[in-house]
Parts: sequence; structure tokens; C-alpha cells
Amino acid sequence: MTKNVLLTGIGGQGTITASKLLTIGLMSAGYDVKMSEVHGMSQREGQVLTHLRYGDKVYSPVVPMGEADIIMGFEELEVLRNIDYLKPDGVVVLNTARFNPIGVLSGKDTYPENTKELIEKRAGKVYSFDATAEAQKLGNPKVMNIILLGTIIKSMQLEDIDWDKIIEENVKPQFVELNKEALKIGKSLV
Amino acid sequence: MKKLMTGDEAIARGVFEAGVKFAAAYPGTPSTEILENLSEIDREYLVAEWAPNEKVALESAIGASVAGARSFASMKHVGLNVAADPFFTASYSGVNGGLVLITADEPGQFSSQNEQDNRNMARAAFVPMFEPADSQECKDMVKEAYKISEEHDTPVILRMTTRVCHSKGLVEIEEREEVGIKKWEKQPLKYVMVPANAKVRKQHVFKRMNDLKEFSNNCKWNFAEYYDTKIGVVVSGDCYLYAKEVFGEEASYLKVGFSNPLPDELFKDFAAKVDMIYVIEENDPIMETHLKSLGIECHGKDVFPSHGEMIPEVIRKSIKGEEIPIFDEAKDVMINRAPTFCAGCPHRGFFYTLGKRKGIMISGDIGCYTLGYGAPYNAMDMTLCMGASISMGHGAAQVFSMDEEQDVRVVSVIGDSTFFHSGINSLFDVIYNNSNTVTCILDNRITGMTGQQQNPGTGFTAQGQETNEIDIEGLVRAMGVKNIRRINPNNLDEVNEALDWALALDEPSVIITWWPCALKVQSEEDKKNFPGSFQNKYRVDQDICIGCKKCTTTGCPAISFDKEKRKSSIDINKCVGCSVCAQVCPVKAIGKVGE
Repeated sequence: MTKNVLLTGIGGQGTITASKLLTIGLMSAGYDVKMSEVHGMSQREGQVLTHLRYGDKVYSPVVPMGEADIIMGFEELEVLRNIDYLKPDGVVVLNTARFNPIGVLSGKDTYPENTKELIEKRAGKVYSFDATAEAQKLGNPKVMNIILLGTIIKSMQLEDIDWDKIIEENVKPQFVELNKEALKIGKSLV
Repeated sequence: MKKLMTGDEAIARGVFEAGVKFAAAYPGTPSTEILENLSEIDREYLVAEWAPNEKVALESAIGASVAGARSFASMKHVGLNVAADPFFTASYSGVNGGLVLITADEPGQFSSQNEQDNRNMARAAFVPMFEPADSQECKDMVKEAYKISEEHDTPVILRMTTRVCHSKGLVEIEEREEVGIKKWEKQPLKYVMVPANAKVRKQHVFKRMNDLKEFSNNCKWNFAEYYDTKIGVVVSGDCYLYAKEVFGEEASYLKVGFSNPLPDELFKDFAAKVDMIYVIEENDPIMETHLKSLGIECHGKDVFPSHGEMIPEVIRKSIKGEEIPIFDEAKDVMINRAPTFCAGCPHRGFFYTLGKRKGIMISGDIGCYTLGYGAPYNAMDMTLCMGASISMGHGAAQVFSMDEEQDVRVVSVIGDSTFFHSGINSLFDVIYNNSNTVTCILDNRITGMTGQQQNPGTGFTAQGQETNEIDIEGLVRAMGVKNIRRINPNNLDEVNEALDWALALDEPSVIITWWPCALKVQSEEDKKNFPGSFQNKYRVDQDICIGCKKCTTTGCPAISFDKEKRKSSIDINKCVGCSVCAQVCPVKAIGKVGE
């Protein structure tokens, strides 16, 4: 049975690193994995959408609309933008961060106030928290992505994989302990 | 060992394993990462070069092939238009060392000006084609392509698509096969394509494509998979993966991985075994038309769209009428996240100023600066293809100069890399045929939109060696332009003065804007040329700000406007101190942090 994960956020938030570690872990557990990244042009702060699928044998690298088991959301508006990918009973892990698009910054558009409520209305289950604040507590806001990774691991019942080892092998030595800690926090949030 | 790789990475790996010695490309999404990956390989194994354009890339690869090395060129789909001239005739002259090229097509047009299907190009040029579906096939097919190239004396082309280029799958890594460099022998009858020789070579082309029909019918890249035979699906490229997703074992498949020439016998055999056929292919009905020419009934573009990707939901909707439930409440409130110039982008000050001009037609080009067309700048009236800004502008200027009814002057804008690509030819036209267009070369010291590639003006090669640097100002002067100014685009007065000066002239002029891309990792030379760049931060004095929103009309993502407080503010983490906002503020509320 193929499992479908969607990661969505903004360039620079660390979605790519999170999906990379997740993929390496899934591969180590013997899954066939396919992944597809859709990103904007090279300018800063564009949308990033990563499709990740795993199972015994995966064909398409694209998560079909309406079939995502889980959305790992780094930014509220980007989760709502892609919410049609989610299964009716699908799970959203939501970082309650907002990055204003240029239209909002200039006062032309309004960031939808009820973004989170709409996500909760549509999704089967939403775990929402301020991952950046949690990361800040660890002394480095950048590990927000690893906290989110921890929540995914727990939600998708992938705890049998030796994630500490994956981190040790793929993260710069000086950040290994920090990342392990962030992962633990992520797991505890779900 | 298996490794997770994108299609682009797998192509690069395949090129390496095939013993290729020479590779060249011009950056173009989604093909750029192929040469980027090759450039990380040591020159002892392989020379990887950014060429000024795709034609040059392919021609240099052809030369390398004639000299005896396995050689390679990659480009996006529209790049093959630029390289079409050598492509069509290299089909006749053939190869010495194997020659393989990549076309990265864009069904769905994620970042391209059109959606052309380059399977048509392979057919038109009589060049054998592979269509990989995933990363493993990318690597395997590129290696097979070198064998076909050498056995059949032909260039071979692989058609990738955006999704194949950028999707990751597991790939088995193998050793590099050192094939060496073949001996070069004089063979003018083969390589000098004058009509007399080319006519003879054309016969070779026909024979080769005829011989390859047998390969197409028997190779492992084209195969049938039988499950339920009520439905037969004929697919190529990644459509195979999508179709498997939708039909599973409720259909049988004929997967075409080697698609020029097409496997007629396999098609006939498959048609005899299934009750009905769907042809699922991205863009044009090439296999569908071919099947019909063989007298095989099938459904294709009568059912599926002729544009976009044939992803599972598209197939389901086309065949079963299944609509994806849309969460309307999200759609009702959704706002756009439009791409914008980065904070500190040197294009901002230039387009902010240019867009305020009346009575000009702005002829644009392909690059980050194409964003100058949108709000808040509204500073572009036409954009077509690489290098066209200057030549379209020239044609327009010639007409405006004949028309007393219209008082319009033309300003053509083009980036440094695009100027080297093909804009330079257009500037010859302006100079030679003497139009009064104002040519603005936006030199940000790097190829920006495709993600920071070196180019002939930056002083570094793809593989990181220091090299000769082409000086645009000296080049333009040598070409015969008498009126040249080099300006700092962040200085709005300087931009305005330069435009006034150029528009007052009745002969060709060139304005070069000179400031590095905000994302560029600066070289030692950049640090010398642009001292203090990107070092400052600016802030809005909340007591002085009158809430006029003028600073937000620069479109800077570091500036935000608080609707309740009626004040602007600057995100200090994003600001890199270009000072454009400070220059437009009418009450001088914006100043340097610390001053």
C-alpha cells in the first residue's frame, strides 16, 4: 500500500532537508520511495511543494489529488492552498507560521484570517503548534523543520526506523545533538 | 549501491558512467541541474562547460564527437530551437565518439514560454529518441543511447519532462566505463556538409532509421505488460507511471521508451490482444496519429487534453469523469503568492524608474527581470524568447520612426547572460541598421533565474576555474556603439538621467546597469567592484512615516504596510540595504540603521 506525504512551505524553511532525511529513513527501512519537488523560480521565498510516496513498489512520483495521508505544513496559507490533496480523513501537521506574500505586504491583499480554522474544517485531524517557537527553546529556530519531521514520524508510525542514526549520518556533527533533540520534541507533540 | 536521485542527477551519472569526455549546456529549467552535476566531476574525467547558448553547446559537443570523444549536450525544449540548425544536419554527418543530447520538455509550462513537444523535432530531424519514465531509466537509457549512437552513426536524443527531471527515485550506481578517445581520421565526405556530400549522407540517415525499426520492436525499452485485456494503454515517458497508478491490473500496457522510430510490430501485436486502446501521451498526439496510420483504432486526444501533464487525476477525469472534490471555502479566500524580485535585487530600482516613463515601448527578454512586466512596475510590453528584446525592439523602432502619428520610443531590456546567449546578434542589427532603440543590458554578474550559473561575463567556468572575462562595455564599444553609459541601478537619479540622455539621442545607445544579484556569492573581484554592497540595513522612522505607501510600490518583500497603524516597516532580516525605498520616500522617513 503506497503512503502519500505532502510537504508544503516557503523556500528557505528547510522543507527540502526534512524531506531528504525522511526519504533516507524510508529507504533504510527497505521501502521503495519516490519524491517530486515543485518549486517556483529561483527568487527567494517562493512556494515549495514536495510530493513523497513510499511503499513496496511506487510508480508515480506525484501524490494524486485527494489521496495525501498527511500534509506536513510549514506555513498556513500554503497548506490551505494545497488542501485538496488531502484525503477526507487525512492528517495535517501544521506549523502555525505565516509568511505574507508580497500582495499582503503591500497592503493590497489580506491574509485570510481563518486559514487555520478552514484547515481544521477540511482535515480529518490537525496537530498545530508553533514549531519555530519550540525550536527557539532549543536555541536555534532553524531546527523547526526537524521538529516537524518528528511529528510526521510519529503520525505515520515510522518510529521503528533508527532516526538518530539517520541524523548522525546526514547532519553536520555540530548539529547532531540539536537535531536529535528537535526530533524528540516533534514526536512528543503528536 | 542504490542512491536516491533526480532524473537530472541520474542523467549526469549516466553520462559519467558512459565514459563521456565532453559536456556542454546552456542553463534552462528543468535541465539546468544536469550540467551542474557534471561540473562537479573532475576535469581529468570530463570537461563540463556552460556554453553561451544551446546552439554553441551542441556544436561544441558535435566537434568533440568528431574528434573522437563521447560527448554530450543538454538543453530545455526551447533551447533545441536555438540548436535546431546543428541538430538537423548533425543527423546527416553522424558521429565518431557517441553523441547524446537532452531535451527537457515542459508539459504544463512550469517555467517556459511555450509547451512545444520535441518528439516532433526528433522525427523532423530523423534522430533516434528515448523517453525515460523515471530516474533509473534516465541513467540506463543515456548509457544505451551512447551504444546506439556509435553503432548507428547518429546523434541520439532523450526527451525528459519537468516531472522526470525533478522527481527522485532509487538508482543503482555503477562504475564508469573508460571508453577512451577514438582516433580522428580525415573524412570530409562525412563531415563537410556541402550539398553533394549531404545528399549521400541522407541515404545513410534513411537506412539507419529503417535499421532502428527492428531495434524498436525488439529492445527492452519497448515492452507490453498484460493484465486485463479489455483496456490497452499505450504510453511513453512518465505517462506509464501515471497510467499504472490509475489502472493498476485493470488494463494492459504497451510502454514505449524508445520512440523514434516507433515499434510498429509491437503496436500491431498489442492491438490484436486488447479490446480497445487508449494512447496516453503528454502534449501532441504523436503515437496516436502513428497508430491510426497503421490502421489501429484508438482513443487519444479525443479523450485526454493536449496540454499539461497526464497526472493521475487528469487521466481519471478524462476517462471516468471523476472530479476531484474541491474545498470551495479555501478557494474563496485564497490569495496569490506571486514571485517578486528579492530584497536588494538590482532590477528593482531600474524597473521602478523605467515603469514611470510615458511614451515608450519596453521590449523585454527572458530572465528574472521578466518580472518587471507585472505590478507594481508594469514595465514590459512584449517578451518572446531568448535575445528577442533587442531585435523586436529594433523592428518596432523602425516602424515608429516611419509613423508620424505615433510618438513612441523603444527601450529594450536584456540580462547579461541573455545578451551573451543571442542578444548580441540583435544588437548588431540595431547598430548596422541604425535604429534609435535604447538597449539596456542588466548586468547582475551571474545567470540569475536558473540559479546562479557562471557565464562568459563572470570570470569563472562551470567547473570553477578562473577564466577570461568578457567585458560588456568594451565589447559594445568595439561593436560600434558610440553612446554607452554604465550605471548603478540602485541609484534612481542615475537611472533617470541615463534614460533622459539616451532618449534624447537619435542613434543607438546602450545603458549597462552594473550591480550583482542579491543571491550571488560574491567573488573577490565583486567585493572590489562593489564595496559595501549588501552590508547596510534600512529602517522606517515610525514618527515620520505618513502612511503614503510609496515605499511599498517598489515591490520589496522586506517592506510591509500595517493597515491599522497606517505605517510601513522594514524587516531587518530581509533588508540588504539597496536604499531604493529610502529614495522614493517623500518625507525621508527611511534611513540607514545606526544613522
